[in-house]
Amino acid sequence: MLQRLDPAAATLRLFFEGAPIAARPGDSVAAALLAAGADCFRTTPLRGARRAAFCMMGVCFDCLVEIDGIANRQACLTPVAEGMQVRRQHDAGDGA
Amino acid sequence: MTRTADAIVVGGGLHGCSAALHLARRGRKVVVVEKNSVGRHASGVNAGGVRRLLRALPEIPLSCAAMEMWHHIGDLVGDDCGFKVSGQVAVAETAAGFEGLRARAAEVAALRYGHEELIDADELYRLLPALKPGCVGGLVSRADGFASPYHTTMAFRAAAIRAGVVVLEDTRALGFRRAGGTWSVETSAGALQAPVLVNCGGAWAARVAAALGETVPLEPIAPMMMVTAPMAHFVDPVVIGVERKLSFKQAANGTVVIGGGHRGVPDLDNDSSSVDFRKLVISATTVGTLFPVMRGAQLVRSWSGIESRLPDDIPVIGPSATQDGAFHAFGFAGHGFQLGPVVGAILAELIDTGVTNLPIGPFAITRFTPTGVAA
Amino acid sequence: MSAAWDVVVVGAGPAGLAAATLAAGQGARTLLLDEQDAPGGQIYRAIERTRDDPALRRILGPDYTHGDGLVAGMRACAAQYAPGTSVWQITPEREVWATRAGRSEAMRAGTLILATGAMERPVPLPGWTLPGVMTVGGVQILLKSAGMVPEGLVLAGSGPLLYLVAWQLVRAGKPPAALLDTASDDNLRPALRHLPAALRPTALGYLAKGLALRRVLRRAGLALHADVTDIRIEGDTRAEAVSFRSAGQPRRLVAAMIALHEGIIPAQQMTRSIGCAHEWDAQQHAFRPVLDTWGNTSVAGILVAGDASGIVGARAAEHAGRIAAWEALCQLGRVDAAARDRGAAADRAGLAAHRAVRPLLDRLYAPRAEILRPADDVTICRCEEITAGQVRAVVARGCAGPNQAKNFLRAGMGPCQGRLCGTTVAELIAAELGTGVAEVGYFRIRPPLKPVALAELAAMDTEDAP
Repeated sequence: MLQRLDPAAATLRLFFEGAPIAARPGDSVAAALLAAGADCFRTTPLRGARRAAFCMMGVCFDCLVEIDGIANRQACLTPVAEGMQVRRQHDAGDGA
Repeated sequence: MTRTADAIVVGGGLHGCSAALHLARRGRKVVVVEKNSVGRHASGVNAGGVRRLLRALPEIPLSCAAMEMWHHIGDLVGDDCGFKVSGQVAVAETAAGFEGLRARAAEVAALRYGHEELIDADELYRLLPALKPGCVGGLVSRADGFASPYHTTMAFRAAAIRAGVVVLEDTRALGFRRAGGTWSVETSAGALQAPVLVNCGGAWAARVAAALGETVPLEPIAPMMMVTAPMAHFVDPVVIGVERKLSFKQAANGTVVIGGGHRGVPDLDNDSSSVDFRKLVISATTVGTLFPVMRGAQLVRSWSGIESRLPDDIPVIGPSATQDGAFHAFGFAGHGFQLGPVVGAILAELIDTGVTNLPIGPFAITRFTPTGVAA
Repeated sequence: MSAAWDVVVVGAGPAGLAAATLAAGQGARTLLLDEQDAPGGQIYRAIERTRDDPALRRILGPDYTHGDGLVAGMRACAAQYAPGTSVWQITPEREVWATRAGRSEAMRAGTLILATGAMERPVPLPGWTLPGVMTVGGVQILLKSAGMVPEGLVLAGSGPLLYLVAWQLVRAGKPPAALLDTASDDNLRPALRHLPAALRPTALGYLAKGLALRRVLRRAGLALHADVTDIRIEGDTRAEAVSFRSAGQPRRLVAAMIALHEGIIPAQQMTRSIGCAHEWDAQQHAFRPVLDTWGNTSVAGILVAGDASGIVGARAAEHAGRIAAWEALCQLGRVDAAARDRGAAADRAGLAAHRAVRPLLDRLYAPRAEILRPADDVTICRCEEITAGQVRAVVARGCAGPNQAKNFLRAGMGPCQGRLCGTTVAELIAAELGTGVAEVGYFRIRPPLKPVALAELAAMDTEDAP
């Protein structure tokens, strides 16, 4: 549902929940996840509701994911890097 | 328009609401005068520790009586106040620290109180599996716990109102006069009159006392707290440091609340306080040292509240030394929350009958001689 | 370890870029901090990277290109630029605590210019927390910074950004599936009262651009629904459809991606956390810091410029940044008041010109009550999953302000620290109490402004911090 204007530019590879996804250097992790069709970045502490990136500018904190073992990272503020391991964050008491 | 009552309580924190509730339950007409909103200051923002562990000796009888009330808090105010019996554990990292706990345990046992139990390393690590290795032992009070401070204060307020108490918020007491056995209190919302005045003014209580002609060396303090993002559950009891300033607990939602007594900056005139992050840096180091899993924690919020202490770090509770019909309860030095339910009962009993069967002698305001030194 | 700076500017959008460039140009030791990894703020996001992407530049339109000069000016000046740096505490004594690459540092500023910009006004409506729902600004960021366009997007809301993004998507060859315009016709007549003030060349320029933009949208055959109310986003684990009323008629569209927008409001966390005085701006229906004409807040040595001062727009923000920089230079003793006034004169004229259209725009796109004070079943605190009804219920139990609501409900205690619920909580409490939002106020904000790792705090060497 999100299309890249220049698909050939997506030369980088990172991993979401263990599966490889393509990214363009300079993409935020959030953008790369959305382009790969991810519709769940984390689940909420109270009800386990599924959330994905909302504001893309670091205000809403709905894009929190675990990156390379560190939790509570805002995916929209983190640039992609080759080989990055991104995992969903399940906030119901599941911290770093 | 002058409002009359049987008692005027200055201060709508937990102690003020508790005193008002207990007085109302004894059939008195009570008015509470609160300059901000109920629970705005210490009562609403403290760590919520419901603790007997490691209290100053004079406080122990009161604290044990209060704990009875906490274990039935629903009967008292119709709300569970978020009270959890989690236990509280003081951790001794060194042999010297442990010896101090041993002496303390003996002291308390000699007074015939059984709530503080010395534990060895095995039991310590059974209670606190996430503790760093090498600690020597601890002191535990198993039926202690924690509650939700704002909920508790509001529950006391609601119960007091149900019992007929009038709570005036955003109302400041401006002046006090006594004539013919009656107190006249000028407030920002009109005049109040009652034969009895109760000073539960928190950090501002010295100002009230001064108006009654009593000088107390009350020092405002602003204890700071911080709280983390939710973490996987790793600790049940509330943890207190012995060699280090630390107190922390993990709430049901996984967040960890860290205190321990580091202080920010109070501003009594503006009803505000500010956080000194330099000291929070120290807390961060301390908690990460004792509990390595906390190194991965994320701090999401800090805050401070306004409390007050007297030089001996125990409160003033009891009648005024200079005025008839006036009573004090203030200066809880950051550990007044657990005592809230019982101090109100003590004041009500004093006011109603002239005596109380709980030993409040050590808390007399008269221990502060004119030079400000404890007698 | 920590240096002392004459001027620390927070935010590398137009106001911050202009302020830092001018301050450094006048010889002040200037530091520009920004949490994004590239300059431009939100409006000129990815401006340096898109220089090599003429196709994307064409899509974004001519106004975007204006940012090139601003960024080039900053790169060429002597200011130190620190991207990827998130400020999490500023004290009234002008200490700045910030985190970068997992390390926190404290530094001291002679003067501070906060150019932290705006955020989207929260649009709480049923289903707004579902995956697949984003802000219109978020969609635009995906376009600018990642070269991505959505398929089958439904845009909903009102305000210039909504139409701009629709226009950009048309130019990208992926027109939105529909645009749901929630602007109320009731706004038109009161807005026209502001038309005379907007009849100045610069303001007319904005209006003409807006009309041209809408012509393009109509010609592109975009499905435009007007007078939209009662929006509900449906779906179980993600957005699947959106139902609404248009001119009273019920409608429903299948949609997997929906973007919302109801204008922007100043980002107030930083100024609140410092203890600056704030006031309610009835025209913009938002809180703003109390400022004098130079941008001075109520705290000495701390200034605000750009949209964080009240929504002024990108071009006005640039002028405001320079005006604040002149004032900072004067406070530092680098220029006297006369030189400051002379230096800022041209920017004062520019600021006034670019602000002239605001009263008209603000009134035209004033948000509806159902967004400001949603129905009981709507989640208003996304982090802690608290509904409008829960807020109304605690007011009935004696909660008289946002901080008490925070204590009662945990509203505002989640990771976003009340950014997305603060204004809604205030509106709901005000409505229940029958008073104004100004009286009710806003959450008390404490540091850290962004979460900080405890390990990072512990590693801070505060021995030689100022």
